[in-house]
Amino acid sequence: MSQIAKLVAQRLALGLLTLFIVSLIIFLCVEMLPGNFSEAILGQSATPETVAAFNRELGLDLPPHERYVTWLFNMLQGDFGRSLASKRELSELLGYRLENTLFLAAVAAVIAVPLAVSLGVLAALYRESFYDRAVNVVTLSSISFPEFFVAYILILVLAQNMGVFPAISNISDELGFWEKVYRTALPALTLTLVCVAHMMRMTRAAIINLLASPYIEMARLKGLRPTRIILKHALPNALAPIINVVVLNLAYLVVGVVLVEVVFVYPGLGQLFVDSVRSRDIPVVQACSLIFAMTYVLLNLLADVLSIMSNPRLLHPR
Amino acid sequence: MAEDKKGEVLLQMHGLRIEGRSDEIWHEIVHGVDVVLRRGEVLGLIGESGAGKSTIGLAAMGFARDGCRISGGSIMFDGVDLAKASDDSLRQLRGSRIAYVAQSAAAAFNPAQKLIDQYCEAPVQHGIMPRAEAESDAIDLYGRLQLPDPEGIGFRYPHQVSGGQLQRAMTAMAMACRPDLIVFDEPTTALDVTTQIEVLSAIRDIVRQFDTAAIYITHDLAVVSQMADRIMVLRYGNLVEEGETRGMIEDPQKEYTRDLLAVRTFRKELAEDPGAEMPLLRVENVSAAYGKSPVLFNVSMDIHSKRTVAVVGESGSGKSTAARVITGLLPPSEGKVLYEGLPLPADHRKRSKDEKHRLQMIYQMPDTAINPRQRVRSIIGRPLEFYLGLRGEDRDARVRQLLEMIELDPDEFIDRFPGELSGGQKQRVCIARALAAEPELIICDEVTSALDQLVAEEILKLLQRLQDELGLAYMFITHDLATVRAVADEIVVMLQGEVVEQGLKETVLTPPHHEYTELLLSSVPEMDPDWLDNLLDERLEQSA
Amino acid sequence: MTMPLTGNTFGGQASPWFSRIAVAAVHFFLLVLFLQNVAADFWSAIPGFIFIHAYSIVVLAYWSSLDRTAAGDTVIVTLTLEFVLIALLFWDRFSAWPWSTLFGLALVQFCAFAAVRYWKDLRQAPRSAWFGLIVILVYVMVAATAPIIAPFSETEIVGSEYDVWSNKNLLGTDNLGRDMFTRLIYGGRNTVGIAFITTLLAFVVGGLAGILAAAMRGWVDQVLGRLVDILMAIPSFILARLILTIVGTSVPSLILVIALLDATRVFRLARAVSMNVVVLEFVEAASLRGEGLWWLIKSEILPNILPPLVAEFGLRFCFVFLFLSGLSFLGLGIQPPTADWGSMVRDNATLITYGDITPLLPAGAIALLTIGVNFVVDWFLHKASGLKD
Repeated sequence: MSQIAKLVAQRLALGLLTLFIVSLIIFLCVEMLPGNFSEAILGQSATPETVAAFNRELGLDLPPHERYVTWLFNMLQGDFGRSLASKRELSELLGYRLENTLFLAAVAAVIAVPLAVSLGVLAALYRESFYDRAVNVVTLSSISFPEFFVAYILILVLAQNMGVFPAISNISDELGFWEKVYRTALPALTLTLVCVAHMMRMTRAAIINLLASPYIEMARLKGLRPTRIILKHALPNALAPIINVVVLNLAYLVVGVVLVEVVFVYPGLGQLFVDSVRSRDIPVVQACSLIFAMTYVLLNLLADVLSIMSNPRLLHPR
Repeated sequence: MAEDKKGEVLLQMHGLRIEGRSDEIWHEIVHGVDVVLRRGEVLGLIGESGAGKSTIGLAAMGFARDGCRISGGSIMFDGVDLAKASDDSLRQLRGSRIAYVAQSAAAAFNPAQKLIDQYCEAPVQHGIMPRAEAESDAIDLYGRLQLPDPEGIGFRYPHQVSGGQLQRAMTAMAMACRPDLIVFDEPTTALDVTTQIEVLSAIRDIVRQFDTAAIYITHDLAVVSQMADRIMVLRYGNLVEEGETRGMIEDPQKEYTRDLLAVRTFRKELAEDPGAEMPLLRVENVSAAYGKSPVLFNVSMDIHSKRTVAVVGESGSGKSTAARVITGLLPPSEGKVLYEGLPLPADHRKRSKDEKHRLQMIYQMPDTAINPRQRVRSIIGRPLEFYLGLRGEDRDARVRQLLEMIELDPDEFIDRFPGELSGGQKQRVCIARALAAEPELIICDEVTSALDQLVAEEILKLLQRLQDELGLAYMFITHDLATVRAVADEIVVMLQGEVVEQGLKETVLTPPHHEYTELLLSSVPEMDPDWLDNLLDERLEQSA
Repeated sequence: MTMPLTGNTFGGQASPWFSRIAVAAVHFFLLVLFLQNVAADFWSAIPGFIFIHAYSIVVLAYWSSLDRTAAGDTVIVTLTLEFVLIALLFWDRFSAWPWSTLFGLALVQFCAFAAVRYWKDLRQAPRSAWFGLIVILVYVMVAATAPIIAPFSETEIVGSEYDVWSNKNLLGTDNLGRDMFTRLIYGGRNTVGIAFITTLLAFVVGGLAGILAAAMRGWVDQVLGRLVDILMAIPSFILARLILTIVGTSVPSLILVIALLDATRVFRLARAVSMNVVVLEFVEAASLRGEGLWWLIKSEILPNILPPLVAEFGLRFCFVFLFLSGLSFLGLGIQPPTADWGSMVRDNATLITYGDITPLLPAGAIALLTIGVNFVVDWFLHKASGLKD
């Protein structure tokens, strides 16, 4: 077990280091923004004295490395500063938005992951059949669609023509769970459609890749049923790539929702991010970027660790 | 098995035709072969690559690999025609009444499951016995196959068990349902000679104990003559000759069979002791390591000009590492390499063109040793350009000369891509590429191991002719003692990174030997059906 | 581009009669364009007419005399260059067309030649691949000749806002009263063009770095690898936005930033496939011979990794194309008044609530092209993997 523990520890340490570097990059990016931060807040008319006073108040007169440390510590304690536009404390705003985004991602994931993996296994099982070819064409197409295209088509069909789901997903905390799910249906469906195709193709490819290996031939020559061959012999060995693609798609669900949130006016983090970029609300952009990046790094880390754990050679060393 | 059934026909293939698909077209690869196998009989299928022996072996299970199909003939197994049987009925036969042992056990075991789980799968799935019974049965069989720790070994994963043991575990797995027929597909080809003996004797014992019929597929006539009652020689999907083993070995009827039998008879004349003459290349007390794991320990050897030194050893003996040190790919941790008395820089990047062209290398796998995207013209032409500055017409003329030297027709071959050459032709092109640099010493790293025996023999003869004509020195790395006997002037025997014995060929090959040399020499199968029995008796006596 | 990737693997034979008809059709297309736009009157059109026909005949005659593959590739390049040269000679007549149109024509020419050259492979292509190829060809032609086909200019206001489909404005007008059909054509040219250049840049940078890392190993590999790891640790959408906020959303900076981020993915792939080749003995043999780094890359590694790289180029193009459209859709990409498919969807999205599908046309156009490319890549990959055994 020691070898695997060592590897996992190594990955975790590397993940922490990455998180640190990522925060540094985001900080530096904001540092390099053209224009004066204080002037942006106080307006063009501010006198140099007021600007200087404001800088002192926010600690902007300090050298960059000290400011970075303070910023990082504040972040770690959950203090994200204030929005320039609304002057509101960011922590509560971000918390609420993040919760919504995670809710949307979770609804999509609950539908997408089991669906994708089982469709992928089926396609591998019945490869070269009509089902497989049809699925291949359909998934290739749906990968090719821009998210907003899928979203608008769904709106057109399900909201406009059939009126099954609301076109706009304005959710709030007062709503009950099922009401929330109902209103989230269209964005979640859009996300599902886009990432099921990808996950399914990867699952199929990972399994088919293995089907040419001698131990699968051996299993066939042992007279096992095709289902058993796929489930017992191919799937366990294809786990690492499948886990990888599933986790990466989860990361996509959290980070890539931006477009979908905008189309459905869903009050999530992505929407907030886009609005803030447009209005150049720097602290919000910074905080959102950091949260997105952290989620992404953590999920990648998870994928890494899980695929190490699913390797029999590492799991059962000599 | 009931005694009265003995001798009854178990499997009869009649006019078997199999097609393979390439370039979207079906080509016939087995052209109507008849096979008869009786209960308890072992049939050897032998042939070179492309003979269709594995394909026929798999057809005995009613199975065709992806991209192949059984296109004609009948396969009667105990009254059922497997060529026409439904998938379901085939599945019920496979694993339970006909079992398969694959060439590479390491690849044919599922890496994610314990050996015993894989053992129990067939009996449990076919409903022959419950899991617990299958497990105790497995332990019994592991013991009969002389696997160490029969109680524990099944609970290990495939990567935790050595190659020879895996092959025996796979034989046990094939035995699990006590099938009527087992197909052995080159089960010892991937193993070292000393391990091969253990597996061969284990397989033979178990087949005899249970009186199972078997089809034993191999390219090695010496191996098959130990195992089989009857042999079928195949070539290009056709039957060449069929007969009882002893009769076939003693009195082959067809020319092709005689060629196969004669394959290890090529011998070079014995050389004189070089005496105190300065060697072309001297390896002096070299030790080397990959990272932190040492692989070579204090190795020394001399190679004299116009002579062949064969370095022989099994996998892991460090023989290829020695070559990497000499070529400068792996700088040694201690010791040095001298060329004509002068030290060669340890790193090949620090050697001059003049130092480099004298020392050339030919590799084991001709498929990967030449760039598949270059034509023969540029493969051979590049060293001419690089070392000798030949261009244009001069270069082409020299390429043609070289092609003639390696017995390939220049007009036909100069514009071909490697994909359009056979394995032997590719290896010839590799030789030509080495010759193009005008070398004094060529390192041949297992150059014949990936080739069919007859082709390998031709390559050895070609190399010998080139040595006589051009006065080349060879360092011949091989695991195959037959090759050593054929080409060597001097022999270096290596074991686990150390030289255990070295000297002139006749000195090393005549007793008394070093213990390991003895083991190696005695493990090489001979074309004598009694060889394995005699050897095992002998070893038993010695240990007693 | 199509030249070296096929090398020996695709057979080259003299082309059959129907492929010649294909070439003739392309030339007919060029001819019509020539007559419509270049020739001032009937008499001055005659030399152009003769020239194009003579050109076709020479091409076809030369073509059918070829059967060796390497020469065939040279011909494609030479003839395309010839075409450009001749176009330049007639520059005064072409002057009504912008440079990009001329380039586009050469591209069309190139596509036609490639089609003929690889006819044998194309004929075996499945229907999905055919569909993809035709879609790509149509897009290339439309993008290349946008100024000729489009009835209005890109930013011209030709009617009232949100006009319905009519004879004058085929697809109606947009939120500012510009012609939708015209914008759609120009939008294709802009979005596809920018995505293509970006992908190309990403491939040159990322591919070269990846091969270098694999060929040199050691610290070069380590440094590049770590750099890429860090860049890839941040979601590219977020990082792209951050950097674009700093450097501004001009077209060159869009191209540079997206290309840089995408180069990381190309790097990973190029390094991985090169690694597979670098460990083979023929590369070892070449480096033992004393060959330099450039030679190793150019002659030993590159020809062997081209098929996966070409396939990846198609996939990357799709990705960049979707990414760019997504940015523009959010109003963070290509800036107005430049026509662009992503922003066209957003600008006219209100119409969807009235059940009008016009705003979906640009989105559909995006989807169609990516589907086309994906189908072709799928076929190519299938073919390339089939070649291994």
